[in-house]
Amino acid sequence: MPDIMNFDPSDRTPTIVDRVIRSPGVIIGAAVLLGILGLAVLVVLWMLLGDPIRALLSSQLAFAVLIILITIAIMFSVIATSILFERKISAFIQDRKGPNRVGFWGVLQPVADGLKFLLKEEFTPGQVDRAIFVLAPCIAFVVTFIGFAIIPWAGEIHWPWAAEGETVTTQVASIDIGILYILAVGGLGVYGIVLAGWASNNKYSFFGGMRAAAQMISYEVPLGLVLVVVLLVAGTLRPEIIVNQQAQSGVWNIFLHPLGFLLLTTCLFAEANRTPFDLLEAEQELVGGFHTEYSSMKFAMFFLGEYAHMATGSALIIALFFGGWHVWFLPGVEDTAWWAALIKFAVYWVKIILFILFFMVVRWTLPRFRFDQLMRLAWKGMIPMGLGLVVVQGVLVALGVRIDPASSVGSKIGVVVIYWIGNAVVLGLSLWFAARSPQPVTGRQDNLLEAELRT
Amino acid sequence: MRDEDIVVVEEPQLNAAERMYLPQILDGMRTTLRHMFDTRLRNRTTVQYPERKRQQRTEVYRGVHRLNKDPQGRVACVACFMCSTACPAHCIHIEAGESPWPDREKYPVKFDIDELRCIYCGMCEEACPCDAIELTPHVELVGRTRQEMIFDKEKLLQIYEETKDLKPRKNPARTGYGQNA
Repeated sequence: MPDIMNFDPSDRTPTIVDRVIRSPGVIIGAAVLLGILGLAVLVVLWMLLGDPIRALLSSQLAFAVLIILITIAIMFSVIATSILFERKISAFIQDRKGPNRVGFWGVLQPVADGLKFLLKEEFTPGQVDRAIFVLAPCIAFVVTFIGFAIIPWAGEIHWPWAAEGETVTTQVASIDIGILYILAVGGLGVYGIVLAGWASNNKYSFFGGMRAAAQMISYEVPLGLVLVVVLLVAGTLRPEIIVNQQAQSGVWNIFLHPLGFLLLTTCLFAEANRTPFDLLEAEQELVGGFHTEYSSMKFAMFFLGEYAHMATGSALIIALFFGGWHVWFLPGVEDTAWWAALIKFAVYWVKIILFILFFMVVRWTLPRFRFDQLMRLAWKGMIPMGLGLVVVQGVLVALGVRIDPASSVGSKIGVVVIYWIGNAVVLGLSLWFAARSPQPVTGRQDNLLEAELRT
Repeated sequence: MRDEDIVVVEEPQLNAAERMYLPQILDGMRTTLRHMFDTRLRNRTTVQYPERKRQQRTEVYRGVHRLNKDPQGRVACVACFMCSTACPAHCIHIEAGESPWPDREKYPVKFDIDELRCIYCGMCEEACPCDAIELTPHVELVGRTRQEMIFDKEKLLQIYEETKDLKPRKNPARTGYGQNA
């Protein structure tokens, strides 16, 4: 019988595996080695098969396929690391240290998490609607990825061997209805959740799915309104043209539409089901919400889908409000060379990652909304504000107040000030109406009756 | 209760900024970000558990049980079944026998506690009339089988030997046991 009372885990002498896993040098070295190996393979391929590769890179279709592959690869690594960062940030905010046992600073934690998900028992309850039960996580996962098709990653590339003026765009699909496509795909995302709640044949899952549906319907409206505001000023639905306009004038849309940015960010929090809008998986009320009955990889699909959704939403916000790949004073931003495209691509992803980190800090700061507060915020707060913005921007655009890329800095500032005044008018009006409207009823139900009697 | 004792508390009215949530959100984020970047606070608050251990509060902590011995080295329990009656988890099993000592009638022939069923509420300790069963600050209970986690009388007495320096037995004079025999 082992000595139960005096068991001390730290007595265990570290094995060679422990030493390797815990050492930063080994992990960083392995990563660098893999990178060098990959580069070497690319160079060798280039030397052996230069001409066919050049031909492929010049054709838009093959290049789009390459971008799909690269984007998916980056997406998966960003999702994995963002799960680690989520845990680290939550730990830091709560004065804890977070995962720090697997790898130095816990960098191998995503690997451990993934292994755990893969090795867990895949349990399907007996009473579920099996086809939909399997389909739901697939929908939730895939839909978050296809939004990436219209993100303009790095502008245009002019290859050194290509003819004069011949370029390929670093975008999977350059389509006229780009922003509408994002809206359509974003709306599809709720199907995965609602179907999961329905197929589980469990009332908690069902409540989660219903909440998701109601929330999604409510927040699609202000989302669409804010997009209309941006599109009115841009005059196009093509995301690459919107990004180009911001890059040429040097004035990001966030300076023109600060209020619209706030509304869109809030909507995307709701769309991605992040706190404070994660009512559909409210643990205190609904066990696990829509994913109560899911285990193993099926649950992981929902889990990863949430992070993919964050990345897609961030990419959209950055294209619309933060100038996409554009940063001031960065060399090569105006260039169409391939190395400039690489820089732009990196800039875009840095912005996305920063935005995901912002999502996380907000998650660990705010408590969850109550359902009536959620609905009131959407229908009585954000939709009127969005409508007001549409009216004000419509008037401004009709009057011809727009940023001219060729104009001087002073006139650009003037336009920005006019737009700010428009935003302030909308904000002020909504606050004035909010102050005059009866107080929202909070707390116990018996107050509700009294409040109704009072009004 | 009289009417004037009832205090009606009006819900405070939210002002416009509070209804917008945003200033409040930024205020909250200031707090969380302050904690996020405060490494010193973090290192002071969080203990890296297996390497470092926090000092347990020995008097009140409710960990694994022990069976106390009286000053003569005999098991202090008199097999009165109070603890097993009080136990909400029904994890204490006692078999009583005729006491070989003149100062008491019974003593436990067998005394088993299923540490896996136990909820560590401490009711047994409160019920015990002669302070024989006590909870110790030890928490690191591990075993490889369920059978191993059913502690018998010898094991519980051994835990007393191991923990009596950390947490001495309560003064038996309080119950008068042994004095008025």
